[in-house]
Amino acid sequence: MSVIVFVESKNGNVSKASFEAVSYGSKIGDVTAVTYGDVDATALGEFGAKKVLVHKGLSSANDQQATKLVVAAVEETGADTVIFSQDQIGKAIAPRVSAALNAGHASGAIELPKTDGDFIVKTNVFSGKAFANVKLNSDKKVISLLPNSFSPEKIGGSAEISEVSYDLGSAGITVKDFKSEGEGVPLPEAELVVSAGRGLKGPENWGMVEDLAATLGATTACSRPVADIGWRPHHEHVGQTGVAIRPNLYIAAGISGAIQHLAGVNGSKTIVVINTDSEAPFFKAADYGIVGDAFEVLPKLNEALKKFKAAQ
Amino acid sequence: MKLLVCISKAPDTTSKIAFTDGDTKFDENGVQYIVNPYDEWYALVRALELVEANGGTVTTITVGTAADDPTIRKALAIGANDAVRIDAEPKDAFFVAKQIAEYAKANEFDIVFTGKETINYNGAQLGGMIAEFLNQPYVSLAEKLDIAGNVATLDRMVAGGSEVIEVNTPFVLSAAKGMAEQRIPNMRGIMAARTKPLTVVPATEVSNLSEIVSYEMPAEKSACKYIEADNMDELVELLHNEAKVI
Repeated sequence: MSVIVFVESKNGNVSKASFEAVSYGSKIGDVTAVTYGDVDATALGEFGAKKVLVHKGLSSANDQQATKLVVAAVEETGADTVIFSQDQIGKAIAPRVSAALNAGHASGAIELPKTDGDFIVKTNVFSGKAFANVKLNSDKKVISLLPNSFSPEKIGGSAEISEVSYDLGSAGITVKDFKSEGEGVPLPEAELVVSAGRGLKGPENWGMVEDLAATLGATTACSRPVADIGWRPHHEHVGQTGVAIRPNLYIAAGISGAIQHLAGVNGSKTIVVINTDSEAPFFKAADYGIVGDAFEVLPKLNEALKKFKAAQ
Repeated sequence: MKLLVCISKAPDTTSKIAFTDGDTKFDENGVQYIVNPYDEWYALVRALELVEANGGTVTTITVGTAADDPTIRKALAIGANDAVRIDAEPKDAFFVAKQIAEYAKANEFDIVFTGKETINYNGAQLGGMIAEFLNQPYVSLAEKLDIAGNVATLDRMVAGGSEVIEVNTPFVLSAAKGMAEQRIPNMRGIMAARTKPLTVVPATEVSNLSEIVSYEMPAEKSACKYIEADNMDELVELLHNEAKVI
């Protein structure tokens, strides 16, 4: 099979989610990665891309021009499968491409498709509380891979990189400004997350959460009430109506674990819960639990981690 | 200003998720349906605010059967002027987007609003597909929307922050948290909603590009391992050697 993978970059570097998508695609067929702008695409071959098409004339992934780019690449290569990461940009472009190609779209894929007979993709539904097996009936297929659900594998190949100059029409949207959340790893991509809730009693107490996150190299998050009261910015809110995350490690302090919160985090590989209330529902979803006061436990955990890091 | 807001029903956020018929159907037993939170709290409410400030109308559109009417009435109670229901069982996002795009094409709206995703399917597909069918720009994951004349300014979520976007109407957006605050319908709104127009429109033919063949529940978690608060070295050791996450 011939596969197109849409690749995103930031400051010239291919995003982690795009490496995941390329590696995923390479398990399905021969991957042609499609990207744009000023990007260092050499590493894509190591993750399984055979070819890379770069459109230097496109500088930002506006939805209409990026869609035209992917559709033109599909036409040129005769690809039957198109892979996106289901990150913010993927969410803007994959549905457009699906509509343009008359292709069935499996959104939120967490595993490789089953291709014996039918083409079936396992996807995340009900905010992570269940999975759906989606059968794609169309000749052309689009898959959006959930970030952090497929470990990219370096196979050490190299890709043939060439420039394309398709006519992409004009952009309907203009980007006027970018407001950064800071330098850290954005939550949807984070492998390590330290999160806290109302149990911390006030925004002035977040220092210990940030300290622990700094030691770990983790991203900070929070529960919905904490974002709603304004103790923490909205982009930190994880849960059913906030950001859904799938880190390797999720440490939650002073969060009881309401079903809506669990929905956003239960894709985490390992969950550590710190709560004074031993009956907190979150312990049922936890791998490791500490019944104790976050004000005591977080600094102790931070010290233990510092000791561990120093010994590494 | 003529605004169209796509409304879907979704199980209440506290619903127990279970499946029937050999795990091929969502078990609706005891499930309360609500307006999908992203459609209601953010998309619909912001559309209403814009019309209150600038004049115009807010129409809601739903692809569904008569079973969706109570949810549609709820959106009318919050303040939409009228509602359209495309009379069909929604098959997949492509099917729904095609139906809505056909209606939008014939009726010319300034902005089509969708929620960023439904809380049951989490597909985040509808807005982009509608935009492609209408050949209009699409602003996904919009957290803020203001409009002056025919120029809209939006904030949208991107990796590591948010972008400020400018776009001319007509366009399509998906609304994320931050765009507006939830409104609780009052008794007057609920009474008025009973008599507001709900037009039922027949569906157009669309081929079935995808279908859910079965559902699965995640594997049961093994029991939580408790560690003493004074023994964080043990936790670190477990995270390193057992969970292998640090």
